[in-house]
Amino acid sequence: MSAVIFFIAAIGALAGAIGVVALRNPFYSVLALVEHLISLSALFLLLRAEFLAAAQVIVYAGAVTVLYVFVVSYVGDGTVPLGPGGARLRNVAMLFVGMLFVELCIALLGSGLQAIDGKGAPYVPGFGSPEAIGEALLTKFLFPFELASLLLLVAAVGAVMLARRRQGGTTLDDVPYDATRYITPRSLFSGTMAEAVGALKPPIEEPTKPRPEAPVPAPTRGPSPVSDTSEHSQED
Amino acid sequence: MSTTTWGWLVLAFPLAGTIIIGLGHKRLARGPAGAIGTLAILLAFASAVASLVSLQDHEENARQLTSSLWDYAVTGSVDARLAILVDPLSVFMMLVVTGVSTLIHLYSISYMKSDRGNARYFAYLNFFVFSMLVLVLAANFLLLIVGWAFVGAASYLLISFWYRRDTATKAGIKAFVINVVGDVGLVLGTFFILRHSGTLDFLGTFHAVEEGAFASHDGALVAGCLLLLVGAFAKSAQLPLHTWLPDAMEGPTPVSSLIHAATMVTAGVYLISRMHPLFEAAPAAANVGAIVGCATLFVAGTIALTQTDIKRVIAYSTMSQIGYMIMGVSAGAYAAGMFHLMTHAFFKALLFMAAGSIIGAMAGAQSLDKMSGFKRSMPFTFGCFVVGGLALSGVPPFSGFFSKDEILAMVGAREGWFTVLYVVGYVGAFLTGIYTWRMIFRAFFNRPCEEAVELEHGHIAHAEYPTNPANGEREDTDVGFPGPEHVIAERAMPMKVAMGLLAVGATILGVLQIPFVTEVVTNFLEPTFEDSKYVHLHASDGMIWLGMVLGTVLALAGIAIAHFIWVRKPGTSAALQARFSGLHRFLVNKWYFDELIDFLVVRPWAALGTFCRTWFERAVVDGVFVGGATGVVRAGSAAVRAIQTGFLRYYAALLLLGGGAVVLYFLIASS
Amino acid sequence: MDLGWYLVVSALIFCIGAGGVLTRRNPLVILLCLELMLNAANLALIAFSRMHGNADGQIFALIVMVVAACEVAVGLGLIVAIFRRKLPIDVDELKELQG
Repeated sequence: MSAVIFFIAAIGALAGAIGVVALRNPFYSVLALVEHLISLSALFLLLRAEFLAAAQVIVYAGAVTVLYVFVVSYVGDGTVPLGPGGARLRNVAMLFVGMLFVELCIALLGSGLQAIDGKGAPYVPGFGSPEAIGEALLTKFLFPFELASLLLLVAAVGAVMLARRRQGGTTLDDVPYDATRYITPRSLFSGTMAEAVGALKPPIEEPTKPRPEAPVPAPTRGPSPVSDTSEHSQED
Repeated sequence: MSTTTWGWLVLAFPLAGTIIIGLGHKRLARGPAGAIGTLAILLAFASAVASLVSLQDHEENARQLTSSLWDYAVTGSVDARLAILVDPLSVFMMLVVTGVSTLIHLYSISYMKSDRGNARYFAYLNFFVFSMLVLVLAANFLLLIVGWAFVGAASYLLISFWYRRDTATKAGIKAFVINVVGDVGLVLGTFFILRHSGTLDFLGTFHAVEEGAFASHDGALVAGCLLLLVGAFAKSAQLPLHTWLPDAMEGPTPVSSLIHAATMVTAGVYLISRMHPLFEAAPAAANVGAIVGCATLFVAGTIALTQTDIKRVIAYSTMSQIGYMIMGVSAGAYAAGMFHLMTHAFFKALLFMAAGSIIGAMAGAQSLDKMSGFKRSMPFTFGCFVVGGLALSGVPPFSGFFSKDEILAMVGAREGWFTVLYVVGYVGAFLTGIYTWRMIFRAFFNRPCEEAVELEHGHIAHAEYPTNPANGEREDTDVGFPGPEHVIAERAMPMKVAMGLLAVGATILGVLQIPFVTEVVTNFLEPTFEDSKYVHLHASDGMIWLGMVLGTVLALAGIAIAHFIWVRKPGTSAALQARFSGLHRFLVNKWYFDELIDFLVVRPWAALGTFCRTWFERAVVDGVFVGGATGVVRAGSAAVRAIQTGFLRYYAALLLLGGGAVVLYFLIASS
Repeated sequence: MDLGWYLVVSALIFCIGAGGVLTRRNPLVILLCLELMLNAANLALIAFSRMHGNADGQIFALIVMVVAACEVAVGLGLIVAIFRRKLPIDVDELKELQG
């Protein structure tokens, strides 16, 4: 039974991996990564690492990929054609990778690692459970635990510093909110939040007349060349 | 106190003088510096006298005393100690050096009183006396070389004392370079001797020579002695390393009188005397010394006949007289040579001091062409010149007569080809008379020149602006140049005292070695020279009488001829110059030695230097070595830089490749 | 399953991730492939932890996850900054740091 689940999870993981690498649209790559992470989580469960499996799903598949999604949507899909010399590099890369895989397999299987043929140590109840992990973290691995927290702090601060806006630029707060840039016009009393917060002013003279004449910019989907650059010149 | 302690004190006083004046030169300038300097040397002289007295208390055959202060490096083959040797020869030299130095310091107090570098002068002068005493008192080759080098350095410092004069600095460099050539000879000679004698100590070396350490290494001994002779020739200004001495007259006159008449240039004579066991065991070298000494005395005598700078005349006369000394000590006449050294120190220093006086009267000019008729206005200086001139020419009863004749008698007593040297020596004596009295007659007789007339009216002449006497360039009287005041002996008591004492010495010192009557110097120096094989060399009575008569006749004849040419018939010298113009030109250009050395040594060396700079330095060193090294580094870094393409994926590929290689290594290693 | 299988899967995922790092030009996707490699390492660590029977490997894997999260945060911040400067999001174009 476990063999079946193993094969399903393994094939899922590999498919996800290949998808990350091969798909052109980065958004789809992110989705493939999510699939890969969930398969890996299944593999972790098979290896009795319950806490890690849960952490994988929550942290990795949950938080990290969401971060990726945010950035992908900000930056855009960036589909670029293959540059000069790209095909040759791809072939060489495949060659390298193939060699590396062969090497690793020989290393793992052929070098006589002990117990690689077995299923591992006898199962102790509580192995891989949160209690066991927590105990290890707070006794034996206290120092790495503290350091990891410090690292998280540093990374958080670093990310903010990297991505912040520099002096002299305009932020969204400086520009008065112009609803017409973001909101497609709806008819009055259609229940939009803009109307509810009072950002959508009904026309003064004709309360009952719908207002289709307000000039609106074309709905933006992804970065449009003209307006986005002007927007960025304001922000940076 | 023991004899050697007095010896150490003799060294200590001038050293203390140098240090005190040197450190306090700003506050001690003018008066105190001169007083401290003179006092230091006076105390040294007193210590030398005390060491003499104390030495004579010892027994005759126990008068070679050494004292070592500490050992520098005493190993199997080298024994370097700070040791002095107090024996009759070194005490004799000490007395001469300190005695004459005291008088010269006294003279300098007046002469240099308006000079801005007064304290520096006395510091240097004390340093010189200290170095000379180190040289004389040294008990081993090491300290001798140290003293030798210091003396050369002091000479350089003092020749280029007026350092803002180009001529002075060039002369200082010339002197120093030629002295260094001599230093090299000295050191190499020491090495040749040390190899077989096994010790640096003098007494030890002489012992080794006696024992036959050089019996089968004759060549090494001759080579060593010849190299020592090179050192002696450079220091004593003998052919062919003599060209620095006339140019050294750029220094102040007291410096010329101390260093280049009385003391430093006699270091070569001292060296040969001290090393007499070595030279006697290597007769070839001794013969070379005698021949060179003889040649020098003749050449220098002929050149002195034509020089017009008064100091250069006296300088060539020094060269000539030292030629006598070197000839004498190389031929085995040690006591005679040392006696002539002593008398020469007195009358030559006197002549230089008197020359300084007359230069002062001439407001700094030194040319004989401009001087005449000072007899009435400078009687004291004239008297000193006369005394010195008579002593130099060898007129009895002045001291020069006795010392010069004794040398020539001993040389003649050697027989064989030494007779040639004997004859040339008398020719030289004849020339000496002529050139000395040429100088005196031209400067003091005939119609008084302008400056003399001014002096008769009671004030010293002043030039409109100070000039360099050598090339007539205009200069000022700031530091590095002579001071504004000119001093003459008649008006400065210290100068009078110093010159008077020297004149007295020049007159009466002859009594020390009157033939058949007294032998004070010989007896005194006997403990040092008793192991010499020439200790029983005596001229026959007939030769001694012949020599005395001949010497007197030649000297008087020289004076008479000079009187005729330059006083009685004043146009004669111009006529002679016109008739023998080729010879005259040859002599005025100093036998073209300067040009010869320039052609043989200076130009090839300069060409070598230029060649090295333009070709070797540029192509080989800069091009191949430096350029090559940088080129290799640059090429290597360019090759390595090629890895830094800036492509991220390229770096990632390299990373993976490296990782794969490591795994591969471990795979292979573990299988 | 034998542990060897897990290790082979881990090696395969690692190599696929390496291939992606070498091949793709969008830095975002390169970061994703980097995630793949880190995950492969995690899998191997947990497999070994199962083999030894103690939780050391799992702690290691947990810390690796923390590090991966930090690295993603900083890397994405970099990409946002690059985008803000109107530079192309293409690692082949961003090659000023060269010799």
